Amino acid sequence: MAIGTARYTFGGDEHVFVELSEEMSLEAFFKGMAITSALDRRKVPGVTEICPSNASYLVRFDPDRIRADEMMKLLQQLEKEVGAADLQLDTRIIEIPVYYNDPWTRETLMRFRERHQDPNSTDIEYAARVNKLPSVDAFIEAHSGSPWFVSMVGFVAGLPFLYQLVERARQIQVPKYLRPRTDTPKLTIGHGGCFSCIYSVRGAGGYQMFGITPAPIFEPSQGLPYLKDFMCLFRPGDIVKWKPIDREQYDAAVKEVEAGRFDLKIRPVQFSLSKFLADPARTNAKLVEALT
Amino acid sequence: MIEVLKPGLATTVQDAGRPGYYNVGIPLSGALDQYSFRAANLLVGNDENAAVLECTLVGPELRFTRDAVIAVTGAQMAPKLDGATGALNESIAVKAGTVVSFDFMRLGARAYLAVAGGIDVPTVLGSRSTYGLGAFGGFQGRKLAAGDTLSFGTPGAGARAGRRLDPGLAAALPKELELRVLTGLYWHRVTDESQAAFFEDTWSVAPEADRIGYRYRHGRALQFRDHPQPFGAGSDPSNIVDAGYPYGSIQVPGGLEPIILHRDAVSGGGYAMIGTVISADMDRIAQMQPNYKAKFVEVQMDAALAARADYKQRLQRLRAELA
Repeated sequence: MAIGTARYTFGGDEHVFVELSEEMSLEAFFKGMAITSALDRRKVPGVTEICPSNASYLVRFDPDRIRADEMMKLLQQLEKEVGAADLQLDTRIIEIPVYYNDPWTRETLMRFRERHQDPNSTDIEYAARVNKLPSVDAFIEAHSGSPWFVSMVGFVAGLPFLYQLVERARQIQVPKYLRPRTDTPKLTIGHGGCFSCIYSVRGAGGYQMFGITPAPIFEPSQGLPYLKDFMCLFRPGDIVKWKPIDREQYDAAVKEVEAGRFDLKIRPVQFSLSKFLADPARTNAKLVEALT
Repeated sequence: MIEVLKPGLATTVQDAGRPGYYNVGIPLSGALDQYSFRAANLLVGNDENAAVLECTLVGPELRFTRDAVIAVTGAQMAPKLDGATGALNESIAVKAGTVVSFDFMRLGARAYLAVAGGIDVPTVLGSRSTYGLGAFGGFQGRKLAAGDTLSFGTPGAGARAGRRLDPGLAAALPKELELRVLTGLYWHRVTDESQAAFFEDTWSVAPEADRIGYRYRHGRALQFRDHPQPFGAGSDPSNIVDAGYPYGSIQVPGGLEPIILHRDAVSGGGYAMIGTVISADMDRIAQMQPNYKAKFVEVQMDAALAARADYKQRLQRLRAELA
């Protein structure tokens, strides 16, 4: 699928913003990953931040070290070089345990019912209904059945936005809250529009709340084995597979976290966009196999 | 040591900031008024990037347990040494046991208190700046509280009282000012009428103005063009597929109140940005109190770069004068 022409625009005198596509698509995300990775490899003096994000990317530069027009030209040139090549990504798949329909997000969502489209049901019941799924269990199956791409990390430190690796017709779509909540438990699994996320810190939020993970994803103290290298777990391009767990498994995992022993299943994988587009089910099955 | 007797409204440890991690949502942080921050350090003979205290609107009350040389720059909020008013924009000797407090803030919004030797907190990802949303950096990842104790380093050879900043080199603190804007990003989504109104209206700083973003109000609401919302963008016409936010970018959720992101920015989200305040004007935003007024003025890239060169030159003069 073609994604049309990229749109280049300056964000003041220190940023170039490139919108690869107005709408979200895997093709746009992949193109952004390819261009930003190529830019990163070049180690261009004066480039200070390289941020891929969903269907666009942002570069911050120092115009005293690289001229603004040259910066933009370089990005346009990189877009041409990346071109229509088959986009491959050496990445990793991470299994994230999720306690769906947990008591903590439920308690929180009950406090903010008047800000919700449907005050008489829970967020996950509402999401199941607007996606024409017959039950909450069927919704959990749809949410956790196929893996997701980390298509952006940000808003706040370490927060991943995730886009599911399924055909557009099967994408879960849910509106955000009518008015944002002032509170969201840390490590809530949220969803707004076509994106899921994991709230890395407690705070305000407008995404529907489906569950909670016991796995810390952002810890400045870096106590857990998988956070030793860096305080944020996720990077754009990571693949996530949700694993539904129950209360008992959740409590056991929290104990492990408190003891500093908790670890995640993380495996290296290769992802090819053309192979995925040709046969999504088979590609996903192979990805998930890496976790067994 | 410095004992915090009263913390003030929002006093944090800040330095030049923490670039390089915006791709995982960790913003620059650092002193919002970088010019005044550097001036404070140079006055006390520090490296200009040493960590200082950024004091917002209401200053703290601090007891020094060892002799020190300090300087206060930025907002007009004079220091008081055991109750006696001291000078702004000047290095001052503080004897061990002295309580340093502050007069109320007459003009501006952020004062910078530098201590010779620099505020000594651990560096995190290369910076001592506080990042509040992530709860790391600075003093235990948060603003100061009563009962905290801060250490400071050994004063450098240039630390002495009586150094004064030329008044022409102090931060200007107008209650009404112009902020220069490069339009772009999603500006094309705003109607012609609203594009004109945005630059015609006078905007006041709302009470919700902090290190993350400055919110403005009292201008006309912005209308967005009729446009089918793209897949994944959300239903409000001000929504886009979530994207990275430049520092200084202006977003207008629901078309109502423009928000300019500053150094503790949320790194991305789903609101259309209509333009970006130029780098040379970011320090001026930091000195705006609630109800101060701004007019946005459209400029092109060459004017933005000329303003940036002027800013750098002014900084060079500051360095030369206080060398």
